[in-house]
Amino acid sequence: MIETNDLSKQFHDFMAVDGVNLSVQGGQILALLGQNGAGKTTTVRMLTALLNPSRGWARVAGYDVVKNGHDVRASVGVLTEQHGLYMRMSANEYLDFFGQVYGLDTNERKKRSDNLLEYFGLMEAAKRRVGEYSKGMRQKLALARAMIHQPGVLLLDEPTSAMDPESARLVRDEIARLKSSSRTIVICSHNLTEVEALADKIAIIYRGKILIQGTLDELKRNVLGSPEYVVKFSETANVDFELPTGVELISRTATSLKVRVEAAEESNPKLLNLFASKNIPVVALQEETRTLEQVYLKVMAGAKGYEYVQ
Amino acid sequence: MFNKLKPIWLVAKRELRDQLRDWRVLMPMLILTLCFPFLMNEFAKQTVDFLNQFEANLILDRLVPFSVLIIGFFPITVSLVVALESFVGEKERGTIEPLLSAPFDDWQLYFGKLLVGVMTPLVASYSSILLYLIMVSRQNLTMPSASVLTQLFLLTAAHAFLMVSAAIVISVQSTSVKAANLLASFIVIPVAILMQGEAVMLFWGNERVLWLGIAGVTIIALLLIRVGIAHFEREYLLGREIDTINLRWILKTFLRNFTGGATSILDWYGTVLSSAMRRILPAVFFVTLIAGVSIWASYAWIKDNVSELIATATPEDIAELEKSMAEIGELPDLSEIQGHLSAPFLFLNNTRAVAVIFLAGMVSFSVLGIMLYMVNIALIGGLYALFELLGINPLPIFLAGVAPHGIFEIPALMIGSAVVLYFGAVIVTPQTGKSMGEVILELLADWAKIFIGLVVPLLAIAAVIEAYITPSLLLGVMGK
Repeated sequence: MIETNDLSKQFHDFMAVDGVNLSVQGGQILALLGQNGAGKTTTVRMLTALLNPSRGWARVAGYDVVKNGHDVRASVGVLTEQHGLYMRMSANEYLDFFGQVYGLDTNERKKRSDNLLEYFGLMEAAKRRVGEYSKGMRQKLALARAMIHQPGVLLLDEPTSAMDPESARLVRDEIARLKSSSRTIVICSHNLTEVEALADKIAIIYRGKILIQGTLDELKRNVLGSPEYVVKFSETANVDFELPTGVELISRTATSLKVRVEAAEESNPKLLNLFASKNIPVVALQEETRTLEQVYLKVMAGAKGYEYVQ
Repeated sequence: MFNKLKPIWLVAKRELRDQLRDWRVLMPMLILTLCFPFLMNEFAKQTVDFLNQFEANLILDRLVPFSVLIIGFFPITVSLVVALESFVGEKERGTIEPLLSAPFDDWQLYFGKLLVGVMTPLVASYSSILLYLIMVSRQNLTMPSASVLTQLFLLTAAHAFLMVSAAIVISVQSTSVKAANLLASFIVIPVAILMQGEAVMLFWGNERVLWLGIAGVTIIALLLIRVGIAHFEREYLLGREIDTINLRWILKTFLRNFTGGATSILDWYGTVLSSAMRRILPAVFFVTLIAGVSIWASYAWIKDNVSELIATATPEDIAELEKSMAEIGELPDLSEIQGHLSAPFLFLNNTRAVAVIFLAGMVSFSVLGIMLYMVNIALIGGLYALFELLGINPLPIFLAGVAPHGIFEIPALMIGSAVVLYFGAVIVTPQTGKSMGEVILELLADWAKIFIGLVVPLLAIAAVIEAYITPSLLLGVMGK
């Protein structure tokens, strides 16, 4: 579990993180989105007890990041932006070293290390020096390191950025598996499709401040408004009557309508009943696809003071 | 306890393995270890042969301890590179963050790095010395005594710890290997000077002095280790990305601390300076204690040794002393000296003394500064004892010749030295949430406040009294 309150970090005159409030439960994935330099890495470093907050507090896995830094670090697995691999070590040696760091005994180290290397497809290269690895292999090894001690909290910075689609899928599956085993996961990513697929909660950070946070649906509703639906008719229809309460007409063509619906569960059946009562044959009622990218771009446009054009 | 020490070995072991796989570290170390003893041996032989052509009467045996010192030092220089690499190198390669994210305490990481920085170069250094000693024994040269050899081995270890601990302090504060390497000259130059001093001690052949030298180097190394631990924070290794000298920030921080937001000079004296004085109060207590001990020690030493010298002096000794005095010639005219002892001269002289104490203290975590202070203050006890030995009652002379200006001058010296002691104590104490730069700027501001606000005015008053009042009082007491 991660909880922060007014978490802030100032470097001399520069406010890197300003009043961040987060709450991520076990079995949840939070995605931190933002431009480079927005404060994501600094936030993660505070959550790992690497940087002390200038203001506010954070509790990770039940420990205060300032008072119990040692316990926080023992409970967290971190995938850093730079993978931090020792190039003259083999993957086996590297995972063994970090296994020792986290106090695992020899058998457990070997077992976990083999499992992770096997899962990420690195077993064949396990005895090769890391310096000889490709970028994707290095990222997988760094991820394996973050998982070697089976931490309760995982902080992952761009977990799939250097990977081929197959490996990225492998990593996403593993993240989903970890989530289902009640781990608390924070992902910093620019891959919005991946975030959409994985995250339970999303926070957009800009110049150290959280601009907005919530579930994907909440974000879409709050940023882009109520969901939009397209109603398609089988023939030309003359819709000149009043629509039910909570349904707002956006546009129309001879054979379709585009409406904004506040409460779909309530309004959509009413809408369909209305068309049926007017003998207008409806062939489709489809929600307009709205992506996280649209949400992100609109939020950023608002923050930077320009108009968002879809 | 073992569990607490285990991470230290873990960090050191990993890095040791890395070092042994890195030819850039391994090759210079092997070359220095294996080739340098031969080179040094040949060089020493050639030097002796050359100088003896000019009747220098040098014997090779005398150069052996010096050669051991030099041979031991060269592989140690590699420790500097290893230590600089260990923090700032890892930071630059991005490998430090996973390590810092590990459940290690700061001191465990620190000692792991210190151990690996010292270990390999020290093994190389001792191997090199042993190789040279084998060569010495084969050439039938006189082997240095066991005591001197022990001293040389200890000195080599002290050098290694000194350089590595200093390198770690630099490394933690730097953000790139390039910057750290540039700053490393601040280690190399003082250590080179130190080596010259040690070489002089070796040629002098006074083992007691060399032991003191070893103790001095060890104390400085221990203080540097203390500074390293006190200021080792994960934050500094990750918080900053680039090295920039932010003169504006430096000036702003210094001035903010110096002025302390005071609205007038009176306000500054009443709040800012008085709060700085409160901070150094424990240090004032200690320097007062040190003063008491120094005065008593010098008084006792003069009483014991000089009176013994006088008692055991033979007529020949006295004749030799008289001859020496005659060789010095005539003493300068006293009125000429008095002309130089003007108030500005006295003021500048005393101000310089306090400033020198500060500078010496700054480069040695107070140690040299306080030693200079002790020498200055010990003069009082020594002079008092000398007067007594000469059969003169020192009390009236001191009351007339020292007390009037001493009431101002001695507290100024003590307060000036107390700030230096405070400076050293704060530097070696952990200061949570502050960078070393901030700590140093705050300390400099404290020193400047006390120096300008208190020490300088006290010394000015003392100089005026010493130049214009003390001579008359002294002449009055002496009955002239």
